[in-house]
Amino acid sequence: MFTNGLSWALLGAALAALGGGMGSAAGVGIAGQAAAGVVAEDPGKFGKVLILQLLPGTQGIYGLLVAFITLSSTGILGGTADVNMTMAKGLLYLAACLPIAIVGYVSGKRQGEVSAASIGLVAKRPDQSGKAIIFPAMVETYAILALLVSILAVTGATALPV
Amino acid sequence: MSEERYTYAVARVRAKESTLLNKAALDQLLACKTSEDCLRALAERGWGSENTHTAEEMLKAETEKTWQFLNSVLPDAHTLDVFRLSADFHNLKAAIKQVCTEQETPNVFCEGGTIPAAQILAAVQEQRFESLPAALAAPGRQCFDILLHTRDAQLCDLALDKACLEAIAQKGRCEKNEALRLYAETTVACADIRIAVRCCKTKKSAELIRQSLAECSSISVPLLAKAAAESTEAIAAYLLTTAYADGVEALKTSLSAFECWCDSFLIRRLQPQRYNPFTIGPLAGYLLARESEIKSVRLILSAKRNGLAEQTIRERLRECYV
Repeated sequence: MFTNGLSWALLGAALAALGGGMGSAAGVGIAGQAAAGVVAEDPGKFGKVLILQLLPGTQGIYGLLVAFITLSSTGILGGTADVNMTMAKGLLYLAACLPIAIVGYVSGKRQGEVSAASIGLVAKRPDQSGKAIIFPAMVETYAILALLVSILAVTGATALPV
Repeated sequence: MSEERYTYAVARVRAKESTLLNKAALDQLLACKTSEDCLRALAERGWGSENTHTAEEMLKAETEKTWQFLNSVLPDAHTLDVFRLSADFHNLKAAIKQVCTEQETPNVFCEGGTIPAAQILAAVQEQRFESLPAALAAPGRQCFDILLHTRDAQLCDLALDKACLEAIAQKGRCEKNEALRLYAETTVACADIRIAVRCCKTKKSAELIRQSLAECSSISVPLLAKAAAESTEAIAAYLLTTAYADGVEALKTSLSAFECWCDSFLIRRLQPQRYNPFTIGPLAGYLLARESEIKSVRLILSAKRNGLAEQTIRERLRECYV
């Protein structure tokens, strides 16, 4: 089965969605616990802490985006997939998906931790909520870089005559 | 094994920290003319409850509120047991004295122990010490026998105080969290120093001093006992070689000034732990901050009742956590 390039490409798409999704689920979960703690004491801060809880959710979207582009590029989505795709080409797609799969997982989790800390900051100093958003947003940078590399690599792999 | 995460609990504590008394709030209390004015100002900040009318009732209600809150956010109510041990030993001491002297003193028991005071009293009354937790059972029986046979309350106090410190030190050594270990270590060391100074001033023998001190890693019990047998200057000279060197000035002023320094020192030592949003450190810090502010409020109320000067009160106020 894995001598077929299409299987590797599909694995890459699955990993992109899995890594990003798992990272976001973990991150949003961690930040959600902190948000629930703050809202339990002060329901008026719901709006402010919700934004912080949502920040780690982007990695899941990035993973989905890369998976979608991969499925589309390989023709799996449109039903025009090349069933004789070479193993080399399939592995190229897999490699292209790895940046967002791995960075998405790690950064999603870490961003959730920073968000939880920032939620604590908002709980204590609501006037500092603008600054509190910046800290988890810094982690986002690396997820965006990984997304960029994955999109460029998937697009590039499609054009390669392998 | 990794430490348990307290994300939800820490977030609730963060929200609660904004209600702690800061320096400005304490200044406002100090500016009140009478203790009644202080009580009114505290009630406006949400202190006490509808059923609290006196200062003691209000402070007791605040202690209960703190423990109720911590119990509601902690997955395991025994996580902060290292903070509760002193209440257990206080209740054990009170129960032993009450049973041996056959005299009931009202409001002598305190809340916040690992087991209810009534359970301790029942165990002492029926001499079923084995029904108490292991840390209390052996010292309880030993001190009960001491008091019953010698009628020497001081000896009983010394033995129970040492057992309490040993239990705190032992509990601290078993803790995975740095904040709880620091709390146990600092509490035992500061208590050892206070005991040494008291023994020195009452001219106790070196052997008795040594027997009264509990082992801890930041203080050498033999050296401290030896210094205490000599003079307070010798204690100060020894402390200058330890992590408690900064407390020597306070110790030279008075024992109460040193106690105040110990509380502030403990808060300062735990400060770095409060910034970790996932460990129990901020919860321990919050508990300590609440205990410290309750002590400060008790001091202000008592000073107002007795007409003490504002400067005298300020000198004894603990450092604020916020």
